[in-house]
Amino acid sequence: MNGITDALIITKRQLLQLARVPEVLIFSTIQPIMFVLLFRFVFGGSISTGAPGGYVQLLMPGIFVQTVAFTLAATASGLAEDMKKGLIDRFRSLPIARSALVFGRTLGDSTLNIVVLFAMGLTGFIVGWRPSSGILKISLSFILLLFFGYALSWVGIYAGLSARDARVVQNVSFLITFPLTFLSNAFAPTTGMPKPLQYVAEWNPVSTMVAACRELFGLKIQFGVTANSFPSSHPVTMSLIYMVIIMVIFVPLSVRKYSTTANR
Amino acid sequence: MKSVIAEDLVKTYRKGSVKALDGLSLDVTEGTVLSVLGPNGAGKTTTVRILATLLAPDSGRATVAGIDVIKNPEKVREVIGLSGQYAAVDETLTGWDNLVMFGQLYHLGKTKSVARANELLEKFSLTDSARRPIKTYSGGMRRRLDLAASLIVRPKVLFLDEPTTGLDPRGRQEMWGVIEELVKDGVTLLLTTQYLEEADQLADEIVVIDYGKVIARGTSDALKKQVGGERLEVIVEQNQISAVAEIVERVSGASASIDEGLRKITAPVSSGSTALVEVLRAMDTSGIHPLDIALKRPSLDDVFMSLTGHAAEDQVVEVAKKARGGRP
Repeated sequence: MNGITDALIITKRQLLQLARVPEVLIFSTIQPIMFVLLFRFVFGGSISTGAPGGYVQLLMPGIFVQTVAFTLAATASGLAEDMKKGLIDRFRSLPIARSALVFGRTLGDSTLNIVVLFAMGLTGFIVGWRPSSGILKISLSFILLLFFGYALSWVGIYAGLSARDARVVQNVSFLITFPLTFLSNAFAPTTGMPKPLQYVAEWNPVSTMVAACRELFGLKIQFGVTANSFPSSHPVTMSLIYMVIIMVIFVPLSVRKYSTTANR
Repeated sequence: MKSVIAEDLVKTYRKGSVKALDGLSLDVTEGTVLSVLGPNGAGKTTTVRILATLLAPDSGRATVAGIDVIKNPEKVREVIGLSGQYAAVDETLTGWDNLVMFGQLYHLGKTKSVARANELLEKFSLTDSARRPIKTYSGGMRRRLDLAASLIVRPKVLFLDEPTTGLDPRGRQEMWGVIEELVKDGVTLLLTTQYLEEADQLADEIVVIDYGKVIARGTSDALKKQVGGERLEVIVEQNQISAVAEIVERVSGASASIDEGLRKITAPVSSGSTALVEVLRAMDTSGIHPLDIALKRPSLDDVFMSLTGHAAEDQVVEVAKKARGGRP
């Protein structure tokens, strides 16, 4: 029981940080909103999707997933910063479960996602995004998105603890997330990619997540050579499988890494 | 009653290629202050990290407040306070936020955490800055807050790892004042430092460590005695050196060493003040006026020099780097 309370105190610390430095919240919200607007108005006219309702229907799920995928970077650099400042040492010298800090942090970073997703959804709606599936399925897709961010946050914990220098962490996590989000169906149909890449994109967890959200938003769409493949036909199931795999690997790995990592 | 006991601690980094601790043993008597003194890379931080359960030794054993740090680290964490070389607090939060958060992590509950935070802020003269983010604090204030955070549950044993490194003289004085207060309250304290003056000022007992081993231990006075007693130093004009050297040797009954460049004559003396007066009188009779004359007690710097063969300020940079895993 104490372990949960401890984790929640760590989560609260992150929310308190947001209250003390509101700029962080403002900018982490503005950035995805900017992406929505840029993609919608810059590429929207030139990418033909065949999707009913235009490019924005295709784009919004993609941008949602990209945004929660960046949780990985946020978690990693936040943790690396704590290590650099010696704060991790203090936490580790406290009579609390060693996993409390990492659980608290992943939870805190995911909480921020709620605010960001809400702001993005609102912006999307203003520029023409109209999910057609009803409130229940829309809510389900947001829950799925939050869980996806949470799972990747655990990869971020591992990345943050593994990096030798806090400054490297940001770069490394972008190196992971950018190919992951762009080598996917998030922003454009995969039809234009070379065939082998289409398969890579198809099995990319980001793609399955995007496809899952599209399905839950009421947009049935499949692309190119990979149409009717398992991830294309069952994107929600496939996404859930990926999340479980990520968590099963990275939760124990990260907790162990945290208990043994010395401060730098 | 020993509050801290460390026996034969060995810790190597980089798969054994760097020996940070090489059979280090020490103990701290309850209610006293032990200062672990040594240059960078000597193994001070490694020692503290092992005793504070942040690091497991390769071999050896240690107890804190009677609890085994290797077998029962969770229990140890309940009775210790740790304040490191860096102010390990959340800089974006206020001082008050930090203390309340740490109070809650010590499971004091919200009400008690708030009360304790206010009490500590008052005690460390931080009440006025309590609602400001730590980012805006001076170095000294940060360290005081960090120290406050390590005192939330009134630890049985407090570890301070180089509490004044990097502080300006004023910050250091303030910090010393705060630590002296704690000592008066009877806390058991293990303090590492590379400042000999600091060990001299704060500690009941000092252990000097170098290359991961204890090379001397004792009170400040005992260590100084180990180097020798008082010395008389006289500085005179060039042409008076031989005459004065003769006087000094006659009074002290020992041979004087002469530094021609500094025009300084030095000799060990047994009853210092008597010798000083006698030398002065003899010089006066001969019409010689010293440019400077002083009775010197050996400083801890001298102690360190005579024990290790190198000065305490020698930054053993290479070793220090390796001990931290090669990171700058």
